[in-house]
Amino acid sequence: MHVKLSVIDRQKFEGQYGDAAKLAMSILVRMADVCGATELMDVTQAHVDSCALMSDSSLEFAERLAAGGGRVSIPTTTNMIPLDLQNWQRLGVPEDFASRALRLAKAYTDMGCVPTWTCAPYQGYLTPRFGQQIAWGESNAVVYANSVLGARTNRYGDFMDICAAITGRVPKAGLHLKDNRKGQILLRLVDIPPKLQEDDTFYVMLGHFMGKLVQDRIPVIEGLSANATDDQLKALGAAAASFGAVALFHAIGVTPEANTLDEAFQEGSAEHVIEIRPSDLKAAWEDLSTAAEGEKLDVVILGCPHFSFAEFRQLARAIEDNPGSSCANSRTVVLTSQSSYALLKRSDLLDRLSHFGVEVILDTCMFHSPIIEPETKVVMTNSGKCAYYAPGHLGVQVAFGNLRDCIRSAINGVVCREESLWKEC
Amino acid sequence: MERVLNGKPVVAGSAKGMSVVSTQPISFWGGLDPQTGVIIDRRHERCGEVITGKVFVFPGGKGSSTASAVLLESIRLGTAPAAIINAHVDPILALGAIVAEVLYQQSMPIVVLSQKDCGTIKEGDRLTIAKNGTITVNRSQPVCTGKAPE
Repeated sequence: MHVKLSVIDRQKFEGQYGDAAKLAMSILVRMADVCGATELMDVTQAHVDSCALMSDSSLEFAERLAAGGGRVSIPTTTNMIPLDLQNWQRLGVPEDFASRALRLAKAYTDMGCVPTWTCAPYQGYLTPRFGQQIAWGESNAVVYANSVLGARTNRYGDFMDICAAITGRVPKAGLHLKDNRKGQILLRLVDIPPKLQEDDTFYVMLGHFMGKLVQDRIPVIEGLSANATDDQLKALGAAAASFGAVALFHAIGVTPEANTLDEAFQEGSAEHVIEIRPSDLKAAWEDLSTAAEGEKLDVVILGCPHFSFAEFRQLARAIEDNPGSSCANSRTVVLTSQSSYALLKRSDLLDRLSHFGVEVILDTCMFHSPIIEPETKVVMTNSGKCAYYAPGHLGVQVAFGNLRDCIRSAINGVVCREESLWKEC
Repeated sequence: MERVLNGKPVVAGSAKGMSVVSTQPISFWGGLDPQTGVIIDRRHERCGEVITGKVFVFPGGKGSSTASAVLLESIRLGTAPAAIINAHVDPILALGAIVAEVLYQQSMPIVVLSQKDCGTIKEGDRLTIAKNGTITVNRSQPVCTGKAPE
């Protein structure tokens, strides 16, 4: 052990605060060595992703902590759980799977976690402040918290998040420290037509291109519109964190640590300068789909990361563009949190979406819960993250399209995408 | 032909196995099936490969923070690689291996090597990893490259 512990850290390490705190601290101490940290530091909020995967070992770990008296010492939200806690029976989830998922949920709520069950915790309860030191899991949430909110977290893996929540401590390393948050690679947007930059597709393609290019480096984007919405930045980060290991990006004039280039690079200079042109984004768009135009479509999946209320409103508009239509020929699934759903229920949107045939699924996603039929062959999505993982994880062909494409395809029961966005690229 | 490379142990332990080499990063969640030990990321160059019992050599992780939980489950099920060699420290993979030691007393060493040294390990090399991070590389047949031997 090389890390210097405070008196209380040491007491936890030696078991004076119970078995769970001892286990959590022993893992933190080993992780401090892995990161080369010489001391631990406080965090004041956590988001736990350890509840997402339904495996025997994840369940065993959670139940061992809960049985060992584990209680979170800081406000702690929860990522998705492998179950729609409200609708799982209707969705045909097998009882034995559900009972294990319920045990997993119980272990985390017994430890005092707030049952938010969402992969978009930054759009719900307990949004972190600028500069707040936090310990978050879930790759898309990490990149959003660091980049868009300016809170500070590393990419914490499952188990580290709950250990940090119980002890309120993390190794003092990485993105918790200002020096390590400076930009490394300058990405200059060149000749992007305004029409392209207004479309949600642009942000997914930028995330795809950026993630693959920079991997775990910190990119600084120059030329991003100051009008980018929270949901567009969410889509950008989620794609970048799937194609790469991006935990933080800066966008000049958009994100809070990058009012100027000098601020983003902390007075230093870029290691590399790379120009991104429409043709790069078009290539990313072509790369993202494995299903061809005109293929029979089984399911449209929206809400990866979980849909916000604003996205439900956009969806309703896309549906209204096709009056009187329904998705009789393919399932249209939207994944969201209970908190966005609560707003949806209080609006006039839910009826309109239900009329089209939209199924709203709560608390979970198709990668973690068996809610998509095993015989599904073709999936369409507006999410770069979903498009990245679906072929391997669900064994399907995937087509990427924006919301309008997804709705038109759902109506027709075949993949159809508007290519006009790329005409001049 | 036997060579020794000096790596740095991230999760210390000893192991032996044949190498599976990739120059691409991977997310273990969505990239590895812990039930079978098969790489399932269709965008990865080693998709379809079984890495159980092999020494998996790749630059590092990417993507999901659930990678630690997938590695833990694959160690529990006995489908994990014998060891991992990366070009940079990946705390998420290290975490999975550390929790496996704590929960199941099962060790799966992780070593980091310089990118240059990583590049000298070829597919199918027999590797022996020691607790201090030393890697002994045995190649049964010299690879014919047309260049002078290393």
